[in-house]
Amino acid sequence: MSRLQEFAGTQDLAINLTLRELRGRYKKSVLGWTWSLLNPLATVAIYSLVFSFFLKIEPPVGHPSGLHSFALFLLCALVPWNLFQNGLNMGLGSIVGNGNLIKKVYFPRELLVASGTASLVVTMLIELGVLCAILLVAGNMVLPWIPLLFVLIAIEAVFVFGCALVLSVCNVYFRDVQYLVAIALQVIFYTVPIVYPIRYVPVHATVFGVEIPLLRLYSLNPLVRFVSAFRDVLYNLRFPPLWDTVYITLWAIGALVVGLWVFSKLDRRLAEEV
Amino acid sequence: MEHAIVVDDVWKKFRLYDERNQSLKAALMRGRRARYREFDALKGISFEIPEGETFGLIGENGSGKSTLLKCIARILRPERGTITTQGKISALLELGAGFHPELSGRENVYLNGAILGMSKKQLDARFDEIVDFAGLAEFIDSPVKNYSSGMYVRLGFSVAINVDPDLLLVDEVLAVGDESFQRKCSEKFAELKSSGKTIVVVSHALGTMRTLCDRLALLEHGNLVDVGVSGEIIDEYMHDVHEDRISDGEFGVRWGSGEGRVEHIELLDVKQRPVSTVCTGDTVTFRFHYSVDEPLEKPVFGLAIYTLEGVHVTGPNTRDAGVVPDQLAGTGYVDFVVERLLLTRGVYDLSVSLADHALLHVYDFRHRAFRFDVELGDPPEQFGIVALGGRWDCMPLEVGPA
Repeated sequence: MSRLQEFAGTQDLAINLTLRELRGRYKKSVLGWTWSLLNPLATVAIYSLVFSFFLKIEPPVGHPSGLHSFALFLLCALVPWNLFQNGLNMGLGSIVGNGNLIKKVYFPRELLVASGTASLVVTMLIELGVLCAILLVAGNMVLPWIPLLFVLIAIEAVFVFGCALVLSVCNVYFRDVQYLVAIALQVIFYTVPIVYPIRYVPVHATVFGVEIPLLRLYSLNPLVRFVSAFRDVLYNLRFPPLWDTVYITLWAIGALVVGLWVFSKLDRRLAEEV
Repeated sequence: MEHAIVVDDVWKKFRLYDERNQSLKAALMRGRRARYREFDALKGISFEIPEGETFGLIGENGSGKSTLLKCIARILRPERGTITTQGKISALLELGAGFHPELSGRENVYLNGAILGMSKKQLDARFDEIVDFAGLAEFIDSPVKNYSSGMYVRLGFSVAINVDPDLLLVDEVLAVGDESFQRKCSEKFAELKSSGKTIVVVSHALGTMRTLCDRLALLEHGNLVDVGVSGEIIDEYMHDVHEDRISDGEFGVRWGSGEGRVEHIELLDVKQRPVSTVCTGDTVTFRFHYSVDEPLEKPVFGLAIYTLEGVHVTGPNTRDAGVVPDQLAGTGYVDFVVERLLLTRGVYDLSVSLADHALLHVYDFRHRAFRFDVELGDPPEQFGIVALGGRWDCMPLEVGPA
């Protein structure tokens, strides 16, 4: 397939575009890369205050790790969430923001989204590095779990890449997509167990007199499984359920296939529309 | 011979949006995205470019030549038809596209090189050459946002030209930088040409195209009019432009306060017959018919001759010649008689003006209001703009051994 041949030999470009993203990100700011750590820390501080201190949300005790800390419980979910959130936002801007490049040079445009995803994964690795150090200090022996952590990162990166591909081209044709995504991200954030443990979600609920299996529906969201899997590995120090891992892998493959398909359908007139 | 580029029945449509509306609400309410008309930018273009040829695309603005070049570069995709290319393509459409302003020149060379399809290894090998060519060795580690626009373009050009493409696509960027940089560029082009690279050029500079290109394609409103040897196509193009003028009547821009007007311009041959084609060395008269409402004090007539590319060839006026009347009224004509027209073969435009003595107040200015052709004549000089009509003398001082 000629499309695949095109991608071969573009690794150098992919690496260069990723470096451009990374190098350009914190230029002109005094603290530079420290921001990528200060941001989640500020979030953790605020959420801890609101949800742990004011609302008295009780974090579960890590099983079998025995860890009991709201901040760490939150962070273990916040890191994969950030990759998702930043990934969608990156996707929205990756084509629209590079109009100049797209109109003047030819290269496989998917690379813009791929390099954006790659740069976010690098940021995530830094965050995870710091998180692991904190966890070690807190007495959580995460080191043996790191290979599994990498597997989870890879699955999530593919998932995010697929979603970002769809958003990147759709946003060229409809600029509303970015506003829709902003709302959707808020909804998803609170319907995923990040600031609260999943046991707070009732198994059944009655809506207009009809009983619905709420927890089942809630768990259909792949983000719920992603967040739980990261938390299992980092906070609880146990294997995530096998079915969960299969489930998110299927979602990732699905997102990738749909993403590449939508992209190839819609990128014909990118240079004219962007 | 192998064909480097085969363009086969290429059609390209553009959408002209009546109202550019990218909002979902508008789309849902109307049941579709936005109202648009389709416009054919290319209508079934076919031609082949053999390997190693320098090929030019000419035509007026909107003829589709840049669209075609972008289709060859794969930036735009045609609706119908195919374009097959052999080898690595480098397109010089906009220099420095993709430069990141916050990154240093060095980082941008690697980034831009990668975008143009070079590997890290190739870039490492050519890095010094690229920087030398751009003449930016001492600035290479500062961010490109601090570069002047000239430096920016030079670096962009240097990367693009050093990509070592099999196929180079160039759009109107031959004239970048100062004179010494331009000379370097021409040398580089000549080098690429002689090393057998295929080059496709889009330009309005017909003179450059005549000498640079082996063959040309003439486009008009998205149609391919003709493909052939450069000189012939340019002559045909000039002829078309000339025909247009006769059908259009008058053209060009006109301004001025209007108290006095140049109503009509004529070019007369030696027998005082109106013509539009003369030969180098002919005796010609430029006649300007004027009409003046209120008497004008010391008015000045002037004319200017331009080449089609816009080079100002000459600009005599009655004040410099010392033949200003004290007063001008009514109607009449002024002649500018040239004993020997020393312009070489080509198409020229004539501007004419009527102004006050200080040349500050313009009564009437008719810019490029008259077009005429000059054919090969006597002196039989054909290059450049001016025939000097000089004489060649050959004086052997010593006769060598028989």
